[in-house]
Amino acid sequence: MVWGVSFLAGFLGALTGLGGGVVVVPALTLALGVNIKYAIGASLVSVIATSSGAAAAYVREGFSNIRIGMFLEIATTVGAILGAFLATRIGTHALAIIFGLVLIQAAYQSFRGNKGGEESASSDALAERLRLPGSYPVDGKQQEYGVRNVPAGFSLMFGAGTLSGLLGIGSGAVKVIAMDRIMRIPFKVSTTTSNFMIGVTAAASAGIYLSRGFIDPRVAMPVMLGVLAGALLGAKVLVHARVQTLRAVFAFVVLALAIEMIVSGITGKV
Amino acid sequence: MSARMNDKRLETIIGRLLQVGVFLAAATVLAGGVLYLVEGNSGRVNFRDFTPGGPDLRSLAGIVNSAVHLHSLGLMQLGLLLLIATPVARVAMAVVGFALEHDRLYTVVSLIVLAVLAASLIHAG
Repeated sequence: MVWGVSFLAGFLGALTGLGGGVVVVPALTLALGVNIKYAIGASLVSVIATSSGAAAAYVREGFSNIRIGMFLEIATTVGAILGAFLATRIGTHALAIIFGLVLIQAAYQSFRGNKGGEESASSDALAERLRLPGSYPVDGKQQEYGVRNVPAGFSLMFGAGTLSGLLGIGSGAVKVIAMDRIMRIPFKVSTTTSNFMIGVTAAASAGIYLSRGFIDPRVAMPVMLGVLAGALLGAKVLVHARVQTLRAVFAFVVLALAIEMIVSGITGKV
Repeated sequence: MSARMNDKRLETIIGRLLQVGVFLAAATVLAGGVLYLVEGNSGRVNFRDFTPGGPDLRSLAGIVNSAVHLHSLGLMQLGLLLLIATPVARVAMAVVGFALEHDRLYTVVSLIVLAVLAASLIHAG
């Protein structure tokens, strides 16, 4: 059961660039009655595996941008440390409710689609100075893209890091918003770069999780291996997948989990 | 390593490094998991209540010591530790790569990220 859930979570996470955590944490706490602190510990470990395991495949496709990722990781890692400290001080009911709210946001984001998020051919001055713009393959040709609104994207990345550390998720949803919507980076570049960043962000809170006993190997072992297997399969499918369909499917799953999570948090079942 | 380092090459090396790290970690975790089941433990443990485990699963020295003595939990935890170390190694590799590209800006950027990661992991040491 844990294996199956973890496999599915990893598969969906890789396809959408959002990480497996958003599915695995609710599944462990709601369906299997695992304490949310163990669940987010196991999830955090599994998102490191997902991110790192799929990275090689993405690099081959040439979508991810290492400079954008590294620069924004300054914000996400500092945020992640803050989030992990918060997680050690907050009660389980509150964690469940916060988790649910974050899931609703992720679902809403997916439903809305990519209407406004047009790519930008030009960059603003700061992005140029940081040498963030790059190119990616479209129909076999390299397409140049610009990067804009760096300060706003950077700030949102700090928030993404905090959420990641607080809830043990990759918080890829927020990372993709920051890059795709705010910095106007192409969607596939955003999701793959986000996937790259997730592992580093999660590693920043892992030390704190470990020392506080959030990471129990008996929970983390099946979750990590299951999510990893799912993610590797997901990364293979991604290149041929239609982004729009993916988002709709994912939004539906996430919304259902969100409602369940909040209800359980309020009634004290989690 | 050739003197000509570019972003594409750097990304390829880093991608492979991550793959190897994850593979090693997964193999260690799996070995620990198999040992755990062979020892006759069933999957049924109470995880509803949160009770942090002993220091041998929560500190670097404790985990290594436990794994060396082939305790299944320690071995699994060592694999997880390897996994956590993988992105850290990735950032360290980026520092070297950008330095070889003579890209001062991104060498510094990567160093900052590495310092933040180190600050967090020292906490667990």
